[in-house]
Amino acid sequence: MAAIQLQDVVKKYGKGKHELQVIHGVNAQVGDGEFVVIVGPSGCGKSTLLRMVAGLEEITGGQIQIGGRVVNDVEPAERDIAMVFQNYALYPHMTVFDNMAYGLKIKKMPVEEIRMRVDKAAGILELGHLLERTPRQLSGGQRQRVAMGRAIVRAPQVFLFDEPLSNLDAKLRAQTRIEIQKLHRELGITSLFVTHDQVEAMTLAQRMMVMNAGNMEQFGTPEEVYHSPASTFVASFIGSPPMNLLKNAPGGREGAILGIRPEHIDVGTDGWAVKVETVELLGAERLIYGRLGDEQMIIRVEEGGLSPEPDSIIHARPREDRLHWFDAASGKRV
Amino acid sequence: MEKRVTFRSTWLPWALIAPQVLVIAVFFFWPAAQTLIQSFQQQDAFGTSVQWIGLENFHNLFNDPTYLASFRVTAVFSLLVAVFGILLSLVLAVFADRVVRGVLFYRTFLIWPYAVAPAVAGVVWMFLLSPSIGVAAYWLHRAEIGWDPLLNSNDAMALVVMASVWKQISYNFLFFVAGLQSIPRSLIEAAAIDGAGPWRRFWTIQFPLLSPTTFFLLVINVVYAFFDTFGIIDAATHGGPGKDTSILVYKVYFDGFKALDLGGSAAQSAILMVIVVALTVVQFRFVEKKVNY
Amino acid sequence: MVERDRFLSVLTHIVLIVGILVVAFPVYLTFIASTHTTQDVVQVPMPLVPGSSMMDNYRAAIFGERTGGGSHAPVGRMMAVSLFMALAITVGKISISLLSAFAIVYFRFPMRMTFFWLIFITLMLPVEVRILPTYKVVSDLGLLNSYAGLTVPLIASATATFLYRQFFLTVPEELAEAARMDGAGPLRFFKDVLLPLSATSTAALFVIQFIYGWNQYLWPLLVTTEENMYPVVMGIKRMISGGDAQIEWNVVMATAILAMIPPALVVMLMQKWFVKGLVDTEK
Repeated sequence: MAAIQLQDVVKKYGKGKHELQVIHGVNAQVGDGEFVVIVGPSGCGKSTLLRMVAGLEEITGGQIQIGGRVVNDVEPAERDIAMVFQNYALYPHMTVFDNMAYGLKIKKMPVEEIRMRVDKAAGILELGHLLERTPRQLSGGQRQRVAMGRAIVRAPQVFLFDEPLSNLDAKLRAQTRIEIQKLHRELGITSLFVTHDQVEAMTLAQRMMVMNAGNMEQFGTPEEVYHSPASTFVASFIGSPPMNLLKNAPGGREGAILGIRPEHIDVGTDGWAVKVETVELLGAERLIYGRLGDEQMIIRVEEGGLSPEPDSIIHARPREDRLHWFDAASGKRV
Repeated sequence: MEKRVTFRSTWLPWALIAPQVLVIAVFFFWPAAQTLIQSFQQQDAFGTSVQWIGLENFHNLFNDPTYLASFRVTAVFSLLVAVFGILLSLVLAVFADRVVRGVLFYRTFLIWPYAVAPAVAGVVWMFLLSPSIGVAAYWLHRAEIGWDPLLNSNDAMALVVMASVWKQISYNFLFFVAGLQSIPRSLIEAAAIDGAGPWRRFWTIQFPLLSPTTFFLLVINVVYAFFDTFGIIDAATHGGPGKDTSILVYKVYFDGFKALDLGGSAAQSAILMVIVVALTVVQFRFVEKKVNY
Repeated sequence: MVERDRFLSVLTHIVLIVGILVVAFPVYLTFIASTHTTQDVVQVPMPLVPGSSMMDNYRAAIFGERTGGGSHAPVGRMMAVSLFMALAITVGKISISLLSAFAIVYFRFPMRMTFFWLIFITLMLPVEVRILPTYKVVSDLGLLNSYAGLTVPLIASATATFLYRQFFLTVPEELAEAARMDGAGPLRFFKDVLLPLSATSTAALFVIQFIYGWNQYLWPLLVTTEENMYPVVMGIKRMISGGDAQIEWNVVMATAILAMIPPALVVMLMQKWFVKGLVDTEK
C-alpha cells in the first residue's frame, strides 16, 4: 500500500549566482505503516524535506513517490496526506468539531459519516467533551490533540508531523510522545515525524533519518544509529552525553578518529592517563570531564563509585568491543 | 496599562500638558459647547437678538423635507462609498497578498491616491466626467450611455461616489493587506492540505478571519463618507443638482454660511456630533476585539 | 502561496496592474490636460498624449497670469501657503502631543485621567462638525486670514497624543529606572531616551499629519477671504467657480498636478513609516 520513496531529492533556492542548495540528494524508502523520524539540528533541512513530501515546497530535483505514485507535480490536497503543524494551525473561528470536519466537508462526505469519523477520532484522543469549544478555549496539549484528530479523521495514506511537540512543556511532551506511539500502534499509518530532539527520535522511531546540512547521514533503526553511527556527526548527535571522538588516542590508528561512548569506559588501575578537570553529579550517575593529552573526554561512572579530585590522574580503559573508528578526513565510519 | 515608574514633580506635568489643553479648550470644547447651546437657540445673522427655543430647531429639522432628504442622500452616499471602497480594495489586497516579488512596487503605486486632497480629487473627476468637456463623458456618450451630472441626480451621485472611492481605495487596501498578512501561513497550508482550493480557502478561512478588519474599515469608511468628502462634493457638484448630493455636513456648511441659518445649522451639527460619537463608540467597543490564533 | 497554478499567477499580476492603471488613469489625464492649450483641452475628445504647452501652462499657473474666469491667485503663492500650513500643523501637533503624552504617561498628578479623557474625546469630533462656532472663535480672536487662524484650530485633536501614549506605554520600565539612577531628570529622560525611541512613530505621524494639513479644504474655505492666504487645495476649487467666463482647464489641471506633488512625494518617499504608522495608529 503506502510507502514513501525519496529518490535523489534535491532542493535549491534562488537562481543563477544566488542559487543555494539546501538538500543534497536524499535517497530513502519508507515502508508501509512505518514510523520514521527525521532528526537533525536546526537548519539541517528536515522541515524542508517534510514540506516537499507534503507538497508545500517545490521539489527542485529528484522524485518523491507516495504509494507508488510520483507526486512531484501533485497538489497537497491530492496527495492523500495529513499534517500536524508545530503551532497546531487550528482554524480559530471554528469549533473543534468543525476543525476536524473541514477536510471531510470539502470531500463532500455525507454528514453522518463525518459525524461518525469525528466522534471516533475524538474518542481515541479523549476530545469528546471538547467538540463544541473553540481553539481559544483549549490548553496547548488539547490543541495539539485536536490537530492530531484533524489528521486522523482524514484516514490518509501518510501522516506528516512537523515538530509537533516543540511548543509543549517537558511533562506534556513526554505524555504526548506516549500517546503518539499508542496511536501509531492502533492505526498503523505510515508516518514521517520531524524533530530536533534526539531523545524524541530515539523513543518514537522505528527507523530514523539523521540529517546534517542537507545531507542524510544515516537511515536506520535507533539501535543501528546508536551502536553503529555512520559518521562522526551521527555519533556525536545521538546519545547524551555525546560520544568521545579522539584523534590522538593511545593505540589509535593513523588518519582515523577513535570513538567511544562515555558509558563504555571503565575506570581502573590501567589504561589511558586522563587528567580530571570537573566532576558532575547527576543523581544516578557521575560525569567526569577530563583531558587525554590535549583532547577533552567525558567518562560516565555509577553514582556510588569513583569520585576523583580535580587535577588528579585516573586511568580509563575503553571497552574493546565498543570502539568505533571514523576516517579523519571524511568523518565516515570505517 | 499604567507605568510603574513615574517622575515626581509638582509643576512639570501641568506645564507639559498645558499647550494641548489650552488649544483644545479654546478650539474644541468651547466651540463644541457653543454648537450645542446654539442648537437650542434662534438668532438672526447679526447676533443682535438671541432667543432660547429649546428643541424647536430639532423639531423643525425633523419635519423639514430637505433635511430628511439630506439624511437619505448621506445614507445612500456613505453606503455606496463604503461598499464599493471595501470590495475593490479587498480584491486588490487578496491578489497583492499572492505576489511574492514586486509587492513593494504594487503597493507604492496603489497607495498614493491617499495623498490626493479630496478637493483636488473632486476637481479632477469633475473634469473627466464633465458632460461638455470630459474625456470619460465623451466615451460614455459614444457608448450611447446618457451622462449628465449637472442635471441627473443619479449621475451626480455616481460622480461623487467614484471620486470618493478612488481616493479611499489606498487606505482600505493597506489595512486589508496588513490583515491578510496577520493570518498565519500555517493556517492556509493546513487548509490546502485539507483539500481546500484558493477560492474556498478565501471564503472559509481568510474572509472570516478578516472580519475585524472589514468591520473596522466599514466604520472608518462611513465616517470618511460623512465628513472627509466635503471637498469632493463642493468641487464636483456643489451639492447639486439642486440638493441631490448635499450630504449632511455639506448642508451644515451651506445653511450656516450661505443661508445664515445659525440655529438650524448648529442643530444639524449637534445631530452630526451624536452620530459620530455613536460610530466611534461602536468602533471602540466592537472592533477592538482581536482574534487569537 | 501554495498553488503552483500558472493561470492564477498570471491573473494576479493582471488584476494588480489593471488596478494600478485604473487608479492612475485620472491623474494621467490630468497631466495630459496640463500640457495642452485651453482650446485643445476643451474640445472633445481631448488628446491622450502630452502636448507642448507644458511650460506655458505651469508658468501661468505658478505666477497667476491667466485670462480666463475664476480666481487668478498665483499657484506659487498658494503652494507656499499650503506648505507652511501643512508643516505648521504637523510640527505643532507632534510637539504638543509629545509633551501631553509624556505628562500623562510618566507623571502622577491630580485629574490626570480626567485630562486624558478630555483629550481622548477630541478624537471623536472632526472640525467639520463644529465649524460655525470655531469660526466665530477664530474671528473674535482676530485670526481670520492669518496663518495662526489656518493652523491652530486644526491642532486641536488628539490622534497624535493617543499614538504617542500607546507607544510610551510599551517602552520598558527599566529604561526610566536606569535613567533615574543615572541622575537624569524627567526632561533629560524625555530628550535623550523617549524622543529617539519615538522616531518611527514621529515619522509616521509626520506623513499623516502633513497630508492632513496639506489637504485641508473646508476650514481654509471659511477662514480666508484674501487670495494671498488661500492654500492651493482650496484655491483650485475657486479657479473653477468662475461662472460663465471660460475656465482655462489646462491651467487648472496644471494646478491640480502641482497640488498633488508634495503630499504624493511625502507618501512615496516615507512609505515604510507611513504604512506602519497608519496600521498601528488605528489599532
